[in-house]
Amino acid sequence: MLNAPRATVRDSLSVALTVGAYGLAFGAASVAAGFSVLQSCLLSLLTFTGGSQFAAVGVVAGGGGAASAIAAASLLGIRNGLYGLRMAPVLRVSGWRRVAAAQITIDESTAVAISQEPLGEEAMRAGFWITGFGVFVFWNLFTFAGAVAAHALKNPAAWGLDAAVPAAFLGLLWPRLESRRAQIVAAASFGLALLLTPFVPAGLPIVATAFIAVAGGWRSWA
Amino acid sequence: MGVTAASLWVVVIVTSLIAFALKFLGHVVPERWLAQPRAQRINALLPVALLAALVAVETFSTKSALVIDHRAAGLGVAVVALVLKAPFPVVVVAAAVSSALLYHFAS
Repeated sequence: MLNAPRATVRDSLSVALTVGAYGLAFGAASVAAGFSVLQSCLLSLLTFTGGSQFAAVGVVAGGGGAASAIAAASLLGIRNGLYGLRMAPVLRVSGWRRVAAAQITIDESTAVAISQEPLGEEAMRAGFWITGFGVFVFWNLFTFAGAVAAHALKNPAAWGLDAAVPAAFLGLLWPRLESRRAQIVAAASFGLALLLTPFVPAGLPIVATAFIAVAGGWRSWA
Repeated sequence: MGVTAASLWVVVIVTSLIAFALKFLGHVVPERWLAQPRAQRINALLPVALLAALVAVETFSTKSALVIDHRAAGLGVAVVALVLKAPFPVVVVAAAVSSALLYHFAS
């Protein structure tokens, strides 16, 4: 890691800082949903995968139960397992290093590592560790700041926090809408969730859209 | 609030355990288990479906009622910001500010 290419270090740190700053939005959303500052910080330290954390908090904010919140968060966490599959042969670690590597196996660490492929495996490893560790540090610091700030504000709607949460989800969704298939799945899920909302317990409409993902990905098309 | 203080802790702890288990599994299971194209396609679409549903529900519902309020304006501004390729923090802040403004003027 010490002889990592300068470009790899630069890429990793800029991603870490930018992504880490989203933690501000998470901390604020989490407290607005009813989690304490401590619980919000623990979600960032232990769960440490932004999409899942936002989903758990989003379901709770919408009045959903614990089971729906956990299910939505866990469905979003499946992709980290696939990232682990991709990274394990590159990292080649065991013992506590493997535990540490697993905890920082997220979108950003994997994406930076893969983007360093032309520079060789050493650069991939450096990109993974620096980005993963960097995001971990900044994400947790900013979560704390966001949680404390939101805690100080009594009415979330007065500060626009209730709109910041769906905007954050949209920001996470947007870059994934490149393919026609993704656009159709997104539109169908958006519609199904609203359609189910008046009729089933809160939280379930979100989890139910996993079936649209399964149906959409079952066959290869467009 | 549909969740009690105790079950918020359940959410924190169980979500964290499952999140770590999923990450760790990827590092230890044989690669062929999850490498089929179908599993990869579905996995790529899961965040798309769930995030789209979260956008819908968080913007257009209160408990089990469908509503259009200040949050819809915030989301509209977020869409414009994203179309203009604004960075993530700008998108979130623009949505929050416009929603808050409408909330104050409408109430």
